[in-house]
Amino acid sequence: MPMNMIVCCKQVLDPEAPPASFKIDPASNTVLQPPGVPPVVSPFDEQAVEAALRIKDSQGGKITVLTLGNNLLRDVVKKPLSMGADELVLLEDEVFEGGDSWSTAYALAMAIKKIGEFDLIFCGRQAADWDAGQVGSGIAEILGIPSITVAKKVEAIDGKVRVERVIADGYQVVEVTLPALITVTNELGEARYATLKGIMAAAKKQPTIWKPVDIGVEPSQIGAAGRRSKLLKLFQPVREGKCEIIEADTPAEAGANLAVKLRDAKLI
Amino acid sequence: MAEFKGVMVYGETTEGKLTALTTELLGCGRRLADELKEDLLCILVGEQLGEAPQSAIVYGADKVYTVEDPLLKEYQTDSYVTVMEKAIKDISPQILLLGQTAIGRDLAPRLAFRLGVSPSMDCLELNIDPDTKLLQGTRPVYGGNARAIFVSESLPQMATVRQKAMSPLEPDESRKGEIAPIKVELDPAKIKTKVIETVKEEVEGIKLEDAEAVVAGGRGIGGPEGFKELEELAKILKGAVGASRPPCDNSWVPDTLQIGLTGKIVTPELYIAVAISGSSQHLSGCSGSKNIIAINKDAEANIFKEARFGVVGDWKQALPAFAAKVKELLAG
Repeated sequence: MPMNMIVCCKQVLDPEAPPASFKIDPASNTVLQPPGVPPVVSPFDEQAVEAALRIKDSQGGKITVLTLGNNLLRDVVKKPLSMGADELVLLEDEVFEGGDSWSTAYALAMAIKKIGEFDLIFCGRQAADWDAGQVGSGIAEILGIPSITVAKKVEAIDGKVRVERVIADGYQVVEVTLPALITVTNELGEARYATLKGIMAAAKKQPTIWKPVDIGVEPSQIGAAGRRSKLLKLFQPVREGKCEIIEADTPAEAGANLAVKLRDAKLI
Repeated sequence: MAEFKGVMVYGETTEGKLTALTTELLGCGRRLADELKEDLLCILVGEQLGEAPQSAIVYGADKVYTVEDPLLKEYQTDSYVTVMEKAIKDISPQILLLGQTAIGRDLAPRLAFRLGVSPSMDCLELNIDPDTKLLQGTRPVYGGNARAIFVSESLPQMATVRQKAMSPLEPDESRKGEIAPIKVELDPAKIKTKVIETVKEEVEGIKLEDAEAVVAGGRGIGGPEGFKELEELAKILKGAVGASRPPCDNSWVPDTLQIGLTGKIVTPELYIAVAISGSSQHLSGCSGSKNIIAINKDAEANIFKEARFGVVGDWKQALPAFAAKVKELLAG
């Protein structure tokens, strides 16, 4: 059965950027874009695209990607298209900025209602910037559909979906009726690379752009105005950085000296 | 509308016992309740709760609500959210704390959206603002690169709490409290998900979360064979083996060994990081360790900023010599 799928993807600061490049502007409580490190699609969201593509590979279907923000970089947000997704819808407007999980989930859910027909919605388990992991569950709650979070495997079987959900000591196999929302975790495995053909096809595709009025929401319900939580302070934890490097002529000697050092410090 | 009163802990149990994190939540909840001069409530949900309700009192609760039903044998989003929605509306606590666990990270957001409130997830610290009396939650963001303090005025104020971030109270068998069973009608037709099976992927030996010594390997280990050497060292130290994300994502080791933001949180006495660069997301899972030891060939690796002792060099040469010397010292 071909599946109609929607994947929510967020453009974020590259989480693989060197930790030393991470800087905060304390006056505005915001993170500064590190120079020379372009933003990326949040890696968990890329894996959500991968989960949808695996289903499309096995039984066909259509994948619509939904991204919310402002001044979104086309090269970044088009990446899911170059991986094999079919359509891209951008919720792009300055009033979408500065949102929290509440206002973001609300806007995405309203956009999904406008898209209308769907069997499955995929999200990453959490965005690689705020790491809250609420938007997926929030969309499902607003739409009134079941949700399964932290999935490492998703298979469609007989009009249902079977999911392996990661738990502390292993995983649970959970079945859910459609339509449903699934959030995807990194244990799903690496997302596929874009192919040259995919990149060329993506370059030709124009995203559909929706403003708040297109999805029937008031500016007071979305972005910063629609928040239900307030950020009081953003700061970087202080690292002490007092590491004693064991010096020796060879790594093997250093290894042996390390053992003696740990013994002297009563750590072993 | 009912007045919002009391601090409530959503407790988790395994085999009729409170989980360690639940006792930590009760310890934290007790402090918050005392500051607000209110009661500490606990809610336990499951098929059979055994001695757990009494145990919640021993660990600090004034009143324990219990919901027992065969339909609640396993956690399922639909049934548990229904139970908690009913309980929160009836009891109306002003604060609800959950653990950042497989259950908590699923239940908290969905319940919050149903109640119209905004939770702070994965908190490391919780405090009451002395002026506003509102709950302030401090949580890691940006993969552990930064921390953020959040507050929400919508009630109940909800937060999930990371393992080992809070301390439990000393158990006090003489504490008195009330146990109040509550009944919630569940309609099986409304439970859209079905748990087919639960697969345990426990590794042999000491559990990673409980080990006093952890030997963890990263991308630089290069494959599953290298982890055998780490296992040898872990055996000598009577500890457990862990990993950063790349070895798990590449299936060199089971996913359950992952330490970090999206894996396990460990706080051993000794944490030996081998060929781990020390990304913020990994450090989120191990920075609570008492002593971090790093072996890495890159002198600039971030892990050295967290480590107490370090060896700069190829682990393939340093580790066998280190393990042999440790074995010799422990034998002598």
